[in-house]
Amino acid sequence: MSFVSYLINGISLGSVYALIALGYTMVYGIAKMLNFAHGDVIMIGAYTVFVTVTNLGLPPAAGILLAIVVCTVLGVVIERVAYKPLRMASPLAVLITAIGVSYLLQNVALLIFGANTKSFTSVVGVPALKLAGGQLSISGETIVTILTCIVIMIALTAFIHKTKAGQAMLAVSEDKGAAQLMGINVNGTIALTFAIGSALAAVAGVLLCSAYPSLTPYTGSMPGIKAFVAAVFGGIGSIPGAFIGGLLLGVIENLSKAYISSEMADAIVFGVLIVVLLVRPTGLLGKKMSEKV
Amino acid sequence: MKSRSISKTTRSNFITYGIVIAAYLIMQALIAADQVSSLLNGLLVPLCIYVIMAVSLNLTVGILGELSLGHAGFMCVGAFTSSLFSLCMEETLTSSMIRFPIAILIGAAAAAVMGLIVGIPVLRLKGDYLAIVTLAFGEIIKNVVNVIYLGRDASGFHFSMESTLALNMDETGTVLIKGAQGITGTPKDSTFTIGVVMVLITLIIVLNLIHSRTGRAVMAIRDNRIAAESIGINVTKYKLLAFTISAALAGVAGALYSHNLSSLAATQKNFGYNQSIMFLVYVVLGGIGNIRGSIIATVVLTLLPELLRSMDSYRMLIYAIVLIVMMLVNWSPAIIDFRKRHSLKNLLGKAARKEAR
Repeated sequence: MSFVSYLINGISLGSVYALIALGYTMVYGIAKMLNFAHGDVIMIGAYTVFVTVTNLGLPPAAGILLAIVVCTVLGVVIERVAYKPLRMASPLAVLITAIGVSYLLQNVALLIFGANTKSFTSVVGVPALKLAGGQLSISGETIVTILTCIVIMIALTAFIHKTKAGQAMLAVSEDKGAAQLMGINVNGTIALTFAIGSALAAVAGVLLCSAYPSLTPYTGSMPGIKAFVAAVFGGIGSIPGAFIGGLLLGVIENLSKAYISSEMADAIVFGVLIVVLLVRPTGLLGKKMSEKV
Repeated sequence: MKSRSISKTTRSNFITYGIVIAAYLIMQALIAADQVSSLLNGLLVPLCIYVIMAVSLNLTVGILGELSLGHAGFMCVGAFTSSLFSLCMEETLTSSMIRFPIAILIGAAAAAVMGLIVGIPVLRLKGDYLAIVTLAFGEIIKNVVNVIYLGRDASGFHFSMESTLALNMDETGTVLIKGAQGITGTPKDSTFTIGVVMVLITLIIVLNLIHSRTGRAVMAIRDNRIAAESIGINVTKYKLLAFTISAALAGVAGALYSHNLSSLAATQKNFGYNQSIMFLVYVVLGGIGNIRGSIIATVVLTLLPELLRSMDSYRMLIYAIVLIVMMLVNWSPAIIDFRKRHSLKNLLGKAARKEAR
């Protein structure tokens, strides 16, 4: 029974990774950049909920809504101010800027909220589910996390394949120049991608902090990096890839914590990334790209 | 060319060495005159360590053109191996003048081997992937070091990855590496003088490498890998070479670091990726590919926040803004245009034209 509960907790953690990885993979697919600050947008989302629910005493639903709005605006502003001017710059310059934005968010949060760990009250009101005569207990957070992730996945896939804006995203990720010639607003599409990615990050932040209720300015950075690993694992640019990669990574992390060593869990997760990149550089579901001179 | 004239690069190199030596002499004079606060005195060795790290990272980022976010991991390897050597040899080699250089060499060699092991898989990747994998390797190195237990007794070394008890030593045994607590009791051999000597050696190695045939090959790969390959440059060999040298120099910095403190443990703060990013800030502010710039930026960014104590909580914030602003100033088309229109040359030209009229 303990194996099943580790597995379910792993799937729950993996669902959070998958939500964060979606943001990475969409942005990478379209803007061809690694948005290092994505993990810190999660942290901002979690702090927004913390302030509205714990400090102001508003209902959790209002907090989540506000967090989504704040993160969406933040994502678009970051894109507009820091990334858009660098669209033609070298990848190194863009990556360094993204690292800078990540540090900026962390330190602004540090100045506002301090370094103390805040204990986050869970916003999930679902009771725990007892199975197999009480031997197996699945917490409400776990159920909500997994369900939310599945719903968002289906909605996002439908959005991309059924709507005009979604088709525009696919076109821009395929070929920016050709998309522009077809009358697609490339800058608008990229901004929309950042908006959706950041809104997902807000949801992920709330779910992450409901399951692991300690909040510091650095809460987002490690899950952010691991979610990027998940995105690479599944094949960067691929939405089902991010989902599968996130789930697998969450399960691997939780099982190695339980059965191998809790100190080595992070090392094992990163080891997985290295092995995947060496054996299959495009990830599990990624498309093979050939290099043109 | 006349044999007595000195080439431009040689002159530029000697200016760089001169700056370091002059700074050292001024500091020594100030110390002799008792004008140095204990705070600044404590910063001198870390300053040398940071300069070496910045110069060696600049070799990877500026000359090789690949972003490494795991540089602190190599420093960690150098720190632990050199510390271990010094601990084991403290009784046999009592003179620190002999022991410490060997420890530094061992730290550098271990970091170089690690650089080679990491570099072979990592350098096949490009751009963002390479950055994230070096970050991953840095974290793995830090994690693995945290679970190593090593002890020594009459029958030799004992190794474990579980706990001190699992070492199974007899009563003569001493524990050398205690997992997450790391190494304690490393002799404090690092001095400002040795630090500066190591900075100079690092500079001589890096500057000569850059201006050699090898360095030009590395830079050719950076500028256009396919073109470099097509004229017969062995891409893998030169990339690995530059990366390994860079790692070895980080190992030297690690050896200085571990011999500056009495206890050494691998934490997020000293060998985590935050630290790697801090070195990156030094490189970016000094100018990517500009070695002298790295030195100046490191000294300024280390000393300024320490001297302005009240600014301490804003330090990382300032670093973050430095990173973003430097990139925007250098790459944003709008800002480049603005700089061109308002450059000093342009303004002077305008004034001259007005006068002529």
